[in-house]
Amino acid sequence: MKAMTSKEVTKKVFNKEPFFILDVRNETDFNDWKIEGENFEYLNIPYFDLLDGVEEILDKVPTDKEVLVVCAKEGSSVMVAEMLEEAGREVSYLQGGMKAWSEHLEPVKVGDLKDGGAMYQFVRIGKGCLSYAVVSNGEVALIDATRMTDVYLDFAKELGVEIKHVFDTHLHADHISGGRIIAEATGATYWLPPKDADEVTFSYQSLEDGNNVKIGETNIDINALYTPGHTIGSTSFVVDEKYLLSGDILFIDSIGRPDLAGKAEDWVADLRNSLYTRYKQLSDELVVLPAHFMIIEELNEDGSVSEKLGTLFAKNHGLNIEDEAEFRRLVTENLPPQPNAYQEIRETNMGKISPDEEKQREMEIGPNRCAVR
Amino acid sequence: MNVAKVLDAKGLACPMPIVKTKKAITDLQSGEVLEIHTTDKGAVKDLAAWAQSTGNELLKHEEENGVFKFWMKKA
Repeated sequence: MKAMTSKEVTKKVFNKEPFFILDVRNETDFNDWKIEGENFEYLNIPYFDLLDGVEEILDKVPTDKEVLVVCAKEGSSVMVAEMLEEAGREVSYLQGGMKAWSEHLEPVKVGDLKDGGAMYQFVRIGKGCLSYAVVSNGEVALIDATRMTDVYLDFAKELGVEIKHVFDTHLHADHISGGRIIAEATGATYWLPPKDADEVTFSYQSLEDGNNVKIGETNIDINALYTPGHTIGSTSFVVDEKYLLSGDILFIDSIGRPDLAGKAEDWVADLRNSLYTRYKQLSDELVVLPAHFMIIEELNEDGSVSEKLGTLFAKNHGLNIEDEAEFRRLVTENLPPQPNAYQEIRETNMGKISPDEEKQREMEIGPNRCAVR
Repeated sequence: MNVAKVLDAKGLACPMPIVKTKKAITDLQSGEVLEIHTTDKGAVKDLAAWAQSTGNELLKHEEENGVFKFWMKKA
């Protein structure tokens, strides 16, 4: 029996490998959130129904593909994997369980920038969060960094670059931002849209429409574009006249929801204006890099999440609703459940509460649920 | 409530609270109540689901200073 890391499982997701997941968490947790893969098969039997043995499920566990036993934190999956091994099966268990899966970040290079710079996307595969590093000439800017701050600090160290600027596109409701901590650790400037930050308890650099920040000597432009709708402060970035970082306004197969700060009705018009007017004025050639993905089908071949703006205007349903009333209904009615602990997450990101790491983990459990499709 | 037995599963991680609960409850007579103490938060959902799947009745549960207490009536 061997441990499989989240990184190894991520490879299987990216490569669309056939894979069998025996998830031994309770049914509610499994139905709420699981490891997604296009060619993954699942069996959910809670570990507490297997205490007397695994004989009853042996014929449901395949022998012709790799099998991974998964639970919340690891303990129960080790127990079940051991039982399967005793029954003559070769299986692995997920190291650290779904807790580790939720925290895993996979860096993917999205493309080059002018004069040798590069754009990297950090895919938080288990939760669907995307963060970014804009690297140029010894400097790096981070956008929508998660609370796994070591990943970004190590990344910068490995590349031998200095973190100079840290941005959040908006006040997040689905995950805890690592922006402030990274800025404090590195002396970088922490930028926030002021309209999302009126309740924050710390100092920050105000990010306004039209602000222009340069990374490295090679003048990689980061242009702030005020695009309210998901939140009142939501700001997009056009980087190097090539990439559109759309935050939680526009995703690949969906659009942002306006209700997570309790203002759905008020913000619908803003959301529509941002998508149908402001984005419409931008070049179709811009590559959209969102802050989330919702479904695994949104991943490209290399695991990255991106698409040309022109393609999204042609294919994304949320950008093609002519009737305003219908648009309003889509983004305010029959919304999916809100992200787990979203109010507490917002308060943490404002600096109002400071839960310990264990509590932060627990608050973030589950999918991001920031979109409407 | 008439408690027949108290199980101290504090400090134990999943799956042990349920493994111990299962063991402890086999020693009880039908209708007797087992009181369980654990510090594993995951046990809250899992013990409720386990009770459902086994037919034992979870009478109530409460939290006190990080300790989760359960009262389980044997089927």
